[in-house]
Amino acid sequence: MIIANRLRDGVVVFLGPGEGWEPSIAAGTVIEEANDAERLLAVAKRHEGECRVIDPILIEVEIKDGKPRPIAIREVVRAFGPTVRTDLTEV
Amino acid sequence: MYRYDEFDERFVHERVTQFRRQVQRRLKGELTEDQFRPLRLMNGLYLQLHAYMLRINVPYGTLSSKQMRKFAYIARTYDKNYGHFTTRQNIQYNWIKLEQTPDILKHLADVEVTGIQSSGNCVRNITSDQYAGRAKDELADPRIYCELLRQYSFLHPEFSYLPRKFKIAVTGSPNDRAAVAVHDIGLRMHKNEQGEIGFEVLVGGGLGRTPYIGQTIRKWLAPEHLLSYVESILRIYNMQGRRDNIHKARIKIIVNQMGIDKYRELVDQDWEFTKNGVLKVPDEEVARINAYFAAPTYEKLADQTAALTKLRAGDKAFDRWLRGNVIEHKVPGYAIVNLSLKAPGKAPGDITADKMDAVADLADRYSLGEIRVSHRQNLVFVDVKQSELYELWHKLVDLELATPNLGLLTDIICCPGLDFCALANARSIPIAQDISRAFTDLDELQKIGQFTINISGCMNACGHHHVGHIGILGVDKRNEEFFQLTLGGSSDQRASLGDRLGPGLPQSEIPAAIRKIVDTYLVVREQGERFLDTYRRIGIEPFKRAVYGDQSQAA
Amino acid sequence: MALVKNGELVESSFVDVSAAEAIPPTGAVIVSFTQWQAQRDALLARGTPLGIRLHSDQAPEVIAADLPHFAVVALEFPKFRDGRAYSYARLLRERYGYKGELRAVGDVLLEQLFFMLRTGFDAFEITSADPLRDYQIALADFSVWYQPAADGRPTAMQLRHRK
Repeated sequence: MIIANRLRDGVVVFLGPGEGWEPSIAAGTVIEEANDAERLLAVAKRHEGECRVIDPILIEVEIKDGKPRPIAIREVVRAFGPTVRTDLTEV
Repeated sequence: MYRYDEFDERFVHERVTQFRRQVQRRLKGELTEDQFRPLRLMNGLYLQLHAYMLRINVPYGTLSSKQMRKFAYIARTYDKNYGHFTTRQNIQYNWIKLEQTPDILKHLADVEVTGIQSSGNCVRNITSDQYAGRAKDELADPRIYCELLRQYSFLHPEFSYLPRKFKIAVTGSPNDRAAVAVHDIGLRMHKNEQGEIGFEVLVGGGLGRTPYIGQTIRKWLAPEHLLSYVESILRIYNMQGRRDNIHKARIKIIVNQMGIDKYRELVDQDWEFTKNGVLKVPDEEVARINAYFAAPTYEKLADQTAALTKLRAGDKAFDRWLRGNVIEHKVPGYAIVNLSLKAPGKAPGDITADKMDAVADLADRYSLGEIRVSHRQNLVFVDVKQSELYELWHKLVDLELATPNLGLLTDIICCPGLDFCALANARSIPIAQDISRAFTDLDELQKIGQFTINISGCMNACGHHHVGHIGILGVDKRNEEFFQLTLGGSSDQRASLGDRLGPGLPQSEIPAAIRKIVDTYLVVREQGERFLDTYRRIGIEPFKRAVYGDQSQAA
Repeated sequence: MALVKNGELVESSFVDVSAAEAIPPTGAVIVSFTQWQAQRDALLARGTPLGIRLHSDQAPEVIAADLPHFAVVALEFPKFRDGRAYSYARLLRERYGYKGELRAVGDVLLEQLFFMLRTGFDAFEITSADPLRDYQIALADFSVWYQPAADGRPTAMQLRHRK
């Protein structure tokens, strides 16, 4: 999946259907093919140039209970918020 | 405390206007992220894992109740109802929107507060002793010179694009509560043989990937030469500091590479040209700033020790708090009160907007409207009447700001870590919470005695782990968080860097490891020895064995 | 390249040959330090105005004695965040007494112009679509500053105490 921060407000977003950016990882597009990854990353970079997002990168996710979840702890925190303040973020 | 005059006012508002323009240009694409990044950093705005973070200076840790209320307002209006006080006497907000930042900075400028140069490759917030101006052991109030340096460093045209960040700390007391030995420039006020007050100047201290204790570049510097001498140090660094590798770009690297004697030579050569020039600090300016830091008009009060002793005898909890968190004041009848932001299970340094307002009200009622921020992430009221201590204590208890653990095992310094920070390897806050929950017995804490635990989520060491009696460093091993312990660090006038105890431990094993270290100490300590003293006496081996068992450790 | 100098957009009368293979026999030129060292006598013999362009790792000390020969000293900002030239500029103005044109070249952008002005630059090769407009914007950013620099303008401290 492709993750980035939205420029104007810093919110973490995921590239979703229709090349839009979704604040919720559940709505993000899970990429399975390498050439899809390449193509979509290029789209994301274009959006970066258009000042919509910052620093889009490809991250690994696994599907758990039918929902996508990042593998790296760091990306888990980005997707779901700080583990010490679960009261403050929507999961 | 310092009050802005017409020049200061105009300056900060012009800065906000400039930043508003820079944000507009960024949003329109006239600035790339690469071009914009240093500009927003120099106004305090970071991009973190899941949002922008805004860092606001509390210059030399001094805050008015009005400013604290504004902090609460920002937390409520623009963030998620709380703020975090850091190891550099700053406050951080974690969910800021770029497009709202100019407005936020305008609100703060209106109460004489800024985020200017709280980040970026420039001179950062000048930090100092949280008891400045009030401690019995103080030689002189360092804040006058902090303020002088603050103004001098703001938008310095020559030094806004240094090789890397630059941190200065000042202490006015021989008991260094400002950790000056681990700053890029550390200034220690002391008297020369003629009895004149001046600065010992240390250079090249710092933590992070390659920690160093600062070295003395000059034993005694007359205060009138402070700015010109600092300028020469900065100039040599700006011209010769490494720019090829960000991990080798701090002044500590170049000072240690060429040696302190060579660095001093270069500084002195430059200084020869400027020491008697326009940077000489005029007496009128010192007097002008000094007036703002003049001691308040204290009432003539009798010392209340006898009355307090009675109260303490009848109230064990009050007794613990008084013993732990209240410090002797210069003036009879007054006391310095530490507000602990380290209640069990809390993230160190965090405080809600409501509590910020409550603290502001208490400051007005009990401490002449002023609040201090300590680099150990606690707050301080420096002018409380002894006769009002009991009443104040009750109110602090209600607010959970009265945990009597100042300087004890659970008075933990902790960086935000991987829960917030893009640089981190591991989450640090859960470690602090685990430890504070494992050691809640207050009598035990006082029996264990003076102890600093400092936790950093990565090698950048924002949690100052190198200089903790116990330091805890988060490392990433194959996407799992491990924590390395160091022992024997100290940030005071006998500063030392901690020694690595052994291989990293998982989060679940940390409280037990701390327990083993503490138990080992308690068994062998001699009369009056703090943990640090015992460690320096017996070395690391007994603690290694206690934590890792008797096998020798393969890497 | 167009230059902003004295608040106006002008064409530089100097040709920057510092990266060129050969130096033309006539005309005002800006040379590199290497070229200056190698061809000093020949350059002086040309009898035309000379300029020199320094890289960001070349402190002006290396040309301090030769400054009377240069009508232009150009200091490079290879990337805008390489701030060495700010120190070099101040040294040229305040230490070595250089009074000729001090030109900022390289990654010269609006948001750093104010600092360049204060440290003693008086000519700017601004890389933007509207260099003059950028210059005017930067000039107006601040009306008060705290520390003395090469521009000699009074600081807040001086104004406070009427110095």
